[in-house]
Amino acid sequence: MTGLLPGFADPVVDAQSTFRAVLEAMARPGRVHRLSAPPAAPAPLSPAAGAVLLALADGETPLWLNAGADATEWARFHAGCPVVADAGEAEFVLAIGAPPALSALQVGTDEDPHRSATLILQVQALEEGAGWRLTGPGIEREHRLRVAGAPEGFLAQWAANRALSPRGVDIILCAGDRVAALPRGTMIEEG
Amino acid sequence: MEGTQERQRADDAERRRWMGILARSNAAAIEARLAEAPALPSHTRLRGPETGLVMVRGRAGGDGAPFNLGEMTVTRCAVRLADGTVGHAYQAGRDARAAELAAALDAALQDPARRPALMASVVEPLAAAQTEAREREARRAAATRVRFLAMETTR
Repeated sequence: MTGLLPGFADPVVDAQSTFRAVLEAMARPGRVHRLSAPPAAPAPLSPAAGAVLLALADGETPLWLNAGADATEWARFHAGCPVVADAGEAEFVLAIGAPPALSALQVGTDEDPHRSATLILQVQALEEGAGWRLTGPGIEREHRLRVAGAPEGFLAQWAANRALSPRGVDIILCAGDRVAALPRGTMIEEG
Repeated sequence: MEGTQERQRADDAERRRWMGILARSNAAAIEARLAEAPALPSHTRLRGPETGLVMVRGRAGGDGAPFNLGEMTVTRCAVRLADGTVGHAYQAGRDARAAELAAALDAALQDPARRPALMASVVEPLAAAQTEAREREARRAAATRVRFLAMETTR
């Protein structure tokens, strides 16, 4: 334990600008947004993943994460969210490296598709203009997104997740101070 | 094992006492005491000071069904010292300076090396002042007490 670190420097303004960035990212899948003032999150959490977590999680959203004791303590203190041991019970899942299988997370029901989990996935790098070919709602023709450090077998899992429509998991990708989103309706093809 | 648990309980009770005394003190009182105390270590703010509302619950007669009495304003603050010690403070009202000072003091008081001097120069004088104020108030109230027996005899 290195002790607790501060959260957002200006909690209200910074959380709102982070929320806005996530909203834009969800509306335009595959577009990469840079966060203006992310907090210095405890290692190994990236500033972007920490900012998204603090902006979205609160006392009513169970969280599952695999980022170590410091990050768990930090999230509990600043977001006040309950931390669960089973990823299948969480509304937010924060994964570094290998995430739990998408099929093991909450996908909602046909009546309540919004009751699904959101996966905050920290990767090594996000780059527009090359890599995966993204099509679907919010994309005029196609967006290209290169994700360094995506988990193994991700595209097959994503295809299965997409087949559940309207149910399914949404993903927020984080690397450094950058975020991009993959809402459940997005189709991904290898570039 | 049992020894450590007992020590932990004693430490908790002591910390609860100084946190309570600091929570009942305003910024001016704490600053006046700090002027004569060894300097506090520098701290970074982890959270706040921020003001919010807390629902106060009550029970009729002390053991009835719980009900919401009303909301009260509370200011809280959490700070961290360079060595990683975290101090917390909750204050009734919106005195942000008092909350931050109390949190910094809570962090410093957790260090056994700093505790005796700070307890003697800050916490104990504040406690004495609070006890004296309470007793003064009690004397003022006692002076206006109505004795029903006395009323009977004067009739």
